[in-house]
Amino acid sequence: MHEMGITAEVLSAVNDAAVKAGAVRVNLVRLTIGGLTAIMPDALQFAWEAMTPGTLSEGAVLEVREVGARSRCLECATEWEHDQYDRLCPSCGSFACEVLAGNELRIDDVDVDLPETT
Amino acid sequence: MEIDLSRPILARNDQLASRNRERLEAAGVFALDVLASPGAGKTTTILATAALLRDRYRIAVIEGDIASKVDAEKVKAHGIPAVQINTGGACHLEADMISRALDALPLADLDLVIVENVGNLVCPTEFDLGQGARIVILSVPEGDDKPLKYPQIFALADAIVLNKYDTMHVFDFDEAAFRDAVRHLNGGAPIFPISAKTGEGVEAWVAWLSERVDSARDGGLQT
Repeated sequence: MHEMGITAEVLSAVNDAAVKAGAVRVNLVRLTIGGLTAIMPDALQFAWEAMTPGTLSEGAVLEVREVGARSRCLECATEWEHDQYDRLCPSCGSFACEVLAGNELRIDDVDVDLPETT
Repeated sequence: MEIDLSRPILARNDQLASRNRERLEAAGVFALDVLASPGAGKTTTILATAALLRDRYRIAVIEGDIASKVDAEKVKAHGIPAVQINTGGACHLEADMISRALDALPLADLDLVIVENVGNLVCPTEFDLGQGARIVILSVPEGDDKPLKYPQIFALADAIVLNKYDTMHVFDFDEAAFRDAVRHLNGGAPIFPISAKTGEGVEAWVAWLSERVDSARDGGLQT
């Protein structure tokens, strides 16, 4: 259950950015999480709901975009999508492969409200 | 208003890990991160490794546990300097904990720092510590299916140690199935069957490690 620590990092980065922008409220936070990471999106949501009250992000929606794993074979240049378990090149059987997608743990953007100006 | 952040969630940890790595490289010290389940024999393997290498290298151990000083005491009892990190509930070590542990070690007088991570096959995977290599220790009683259940940790390992190999005749461990599962995840990592208790196979594993310690030391001397 390291999603708590991950969420704490997200929350601190988001709240810092919101303060810097002079925002009064965070409405939406978008994350991208790769399929090769050991992160459960449900656990992130749970931690988010538990940790945001009393902060600028209270009530903000956490939107998690999941990205599947994709690799390229360094020997025959085949690109393919795969699961967590089989990372050998399907064309030539090489294990010299480069992961192109699936390791993402990224904060993309946030939507905030600025104070109303009169 | 939209604010574009586009930053890694673990940016802070990654930065601290890079700083640890630079510090270790400058001192010519090789850091090994040891990952395994509780009870796989991490401490015993570390002690068996140190027993073979202590005449050649100056070694220290960083022990990561949720609580207690049991492991650090065990290592110190063998005359090896050890720093205990208690994570206070966290299921993995992070780069800032290693940074503080490095502060407590005489880096200029060391060649090898072995980091025993918290016993866990899931959580440590996302957290770079600044190590030179990561190994996973799997013990025979845990079963040959672990790479199928915890793929990421086996995919990221630089080497895999199969410990308690002397108990092979007692358990239904299918070594061929294990090797096949690992090969599909990580064809590059060598697998070293050992018994940390009897010493069987430890020399081959130690030879792999020594190569890396030597090259880190040479790199440190050049700077």
